[in-house]
Amino acid sequence: MAVGTYERAPTLERADYASPVASELETIWETKPGIGGWLSTVDHKELGIRYIATAFAFLILGGIEALVMRVQLARPNLSLLTPEQYNQIFSMHGITMIFLYAQPVLTGFSAYLFPLLLGTRDLAFPRLNAFSYWAYLAAGLFMYASFLVAAAPNDGWFNYAPYSLKTYNPGPNMDFYALGMILLGISTTAGAINFLVTVLRTRAPGMSINRLPILTWGTTTTSVGILLSMPAVTLACFMLWADRQFGTHFFDATARGQPLLWQHLFWIFAHPWVYIIVLPAMGIVSDALPIFCRRPLVGYTVVVLGTIATMVMGFGVWLHHMFATGIPFIALSFFSGASFVITIPSAVAVFAWVATIWTGRPVITTAFLFFAGFISMFVIGGVSGVMTASVAADRQLTDTYFVVAHIHYVLIGINLFPVIGGLFVWFPKMTGRMLNERLGKWSFWIILCGFNLAFLPMHWTGLAGMPRRIYTYQDGMGWNTVNLVTSIGAFFLALGILLVLINIFLSVRNGAVAGPNPWDGPTLEWVTPSPPPPYNFAVIPAVASRHPLWEDRLREGMGHSSVHRGLVLDDGKEMLATTVLDAEPDAILKMPEDSYSPLVVAVVMTAGFAGLLLHWWVFSGICAWLMFMGLLVWLWPEPKLGQSARWDR
Amino acid sequence: MSDISMTHAPTSGAAVRPSPLPVGSIGHKASGWWGMLTIILTEGSLFSYLLFSYYYFAVQYGREWLPSEPPKFRLSLPNTIILIVSSVVVWWAERGAKRGSWGQLVLGLLGGFILGCVFVVIQLFEWKDKPFTYASSAYGSLYFTITGFHMAHVVAGLVILLMLLVWSLMRYFDSERNAPVSIGAIYWHFVDVVWLTVFFSLYITPYLG
Repeated sequence: MAVGTYERAPTLERADYASPVASELETIWETKPGIGGWLSTVDHKELGIRYIATAFAFLILGGIEALVMRVQLARPNLSLLTPEQYNQIFSMHGITMIFLYAQPVLTGFSAYLFPLLLGTRDLAFPRLNAFSYWAYLAAGLFMYASFLVAAAPNDGWFNYAPYSLKTYNPGPNMDFYALGMILLGISTTAGAINFLVTVLRTRAPGMSINRLPILTWGTTTTSVGILLSMPAVTLACFMLWADRQFGTHFFDATARGQPLLWQHLFWIFAHPWVYIIVLPAMGIVSDALPIFCRRPLVGYTVVVLGTIATMVMGFGVWLHHMFATGIPFIALSFFSGASFVITIPSAVAVFAWVATIWTGRPVITTAFLFFAGFISMFVIGGVSGVMTASVAADRQLTDTYFVVAHIHYVLIGINLFPVIGGLFVWFPKMTGRMLNERLGKWSFWIILCGFNLAFLPMHWTGLAGMPRRIYTYQDGMGWNTVNLVTSIGAFFLALGILLVLINIFLSVRNGAVAGPNPWDGPTLEWVTPSPPPPYNFAVIPAVASRHPLWEDRLREGMGHSSVHRGLVLDDGKEMLATTVLDAEPDAILKMPEDSYSPLVVAVVMTAGFAGLLLHWWVFSGICAWLMFMGLLVWLWPEPKLGQSARWDR
Repeated sequence: MSDISMTHAPTSGAAVRPSPLPVGSIGHKASGWWGMLTIILTEGSLFSYLLFSYYYFAVQYGREWLPSEPPKFRLSLPNTIILIVSSVVVWWAERGAKRGSWGQLVLGLLGGFILGCVFVVIQLFEWKDKPFTYASSAYGSLYFTITGFHMAHVVAGLVILLMLLVWSLMRYFDSERNAPVSIGAIYWHFVDVVWLTVFFSLYITPYLG
């Protein structure tokens, strides 16, 4: 067959969202209405919003667990919870917040925003995106199902051996953890693959890598981090499960195993994970803060390089979680030094944000407040991190509430604040309605005060020697007042979050109508109507600078971006592939239709894992076989997608 | 703002002059090819953590951790050679696909598949031959986990080769539309390269002192 039949020159046209081209694209790209469409959709916007909503549901669950713990710890010698119940609740609180909220919520933002920021119509693998979502939801439900049998994981989110071994932990608690984490890891890996290929191959023409929005840099960098780090915890969980089910001896010191191997594998994964749940959030701030400062971000290049440097160095500091385990002095020195050095790229980003505010003309919106609050909390969390990077100080502070204070300043400061700020920025894009600013500012001040009231005193609790993870404490240790203050602060924080949720609930129907660009933002997502149509862009925009919508006032480059005149691509579901570095048009990609196979494969896979948990080996085998058949349907070369020689155009 | 590259700043529409573009999945322009590279990146790190665990135990316990009798080459060495040959055969098949030679494609995939199956069977004998089990010591646990993970990847690769063979027999591919063949082939090469690192770690390092 001649090569020529596989090629086409797309037409170059001017088209807006009222043109005939747009209505034609609408019929090509729209999801069918009804429950069938809801279950089979591959629209990245729908899935992104679903991701964010599910993550917020887990945030609420994790928050309720936190409040229960704070009630238990409000006064000495309380017995609201038994020690075992407390273990399960603090473990699930950590697992929920770190694995089921913090990373998935950022995945949700990226899934929603990536194609819009990059000027394309969907992620590179739309069906894989749907699979990631379903597998994430299934993994979350799988782990929470443990509460139904009163056997939730009870060894913390870090799940140290040997307490997690069968000898000390005979129930199914740790099996829920090990299998659930592997399941979640599959979902996360699939998401990372999707973002990486999307950013490498499907950007708008002209969006060379030095013009990428910082949010996409953050997610791209963390996607590489996920691909390199995730296998460590997957392997560790597999080893743990094998130790528990089949009598292998990886972590069993009585048979030449090494309990410390668990910590190595876990922290090789979990320290990069800290940056994985932070860098995209920093990207949100780097992209959205400048909108409210009415100027471009100061130091784009150094912020990008800092993002990459942080991720690279993030792989070289895991041992600082293990300073107290008796490892050799030379290792302590190296990892302590590395932990000090890694503050530098973060500090560069902080200076860039401060300079952007300083030299800009800030508009004090709710989103701006959350971003400014984030910068301050990030600095406090960072400084307590520097303190614990010192081996001498860490030996004193390790396993005390000081570390609990640090982790919460870092994770709530760098994840929750930017996420809520980002929600205020992009909620109008997602729903077409504005969030209420007045209510928003109230929620910001309550969250900020509640947060500091809850976690600042924890530094003192820790310095006063209160160990973490204890379910109660005796009177007269000097910990009573600080613990009471912490508990009151926790409820304030929860009230603030509740106000944000009420705001969302009220505004989604009754908020002011947003229009395409309510904040006067510079990037491509603000070209589209709010909410964007299923095909995102009527024509593929061509980009000539970092701020396509601010070019008239910035005079950035020679050319002008062209957002309403571009390649049409309306011969079925189509996207433009571009080259990796310069983003020059390279190929026309045929995109798949909505499909049930992602849902089916995710459900069958989860059922198979449930079978492993219950030791129904035959059932799991059947599920594996069904999953294989589902994958086969999914991956069968389709002539329509140009994957086989029998191409019907 | 000064570092915007002038060479890539298109004047209006310059970057999008409508020139003919290939449509659909073709060669390295296919999204799936890039997706496979990312899978290899993450699977490659899985094996580096497996080998990290192996060397971690080796450093902690030294020689006394190894079984008294070092691993033998009677089955493992020929098996390694079989796997390398299978990679060459699959490469030959892919080359056939690109030349439009249907016979070479089918024959090569079939050859690669058969050689892969031979590897699995010999490896099963190798497992049977071991004086220890996965439950007898930490070394045994790790030996069977590393080679087991590798076997799982070989089996996945065999399934891929089999499906490519079926699709080739159904005349799904020609000299242009054969991206799935390249995508499957690169995975098979990856599985074979991983075996070389596993073979070096488990079979050769015990003799290195």
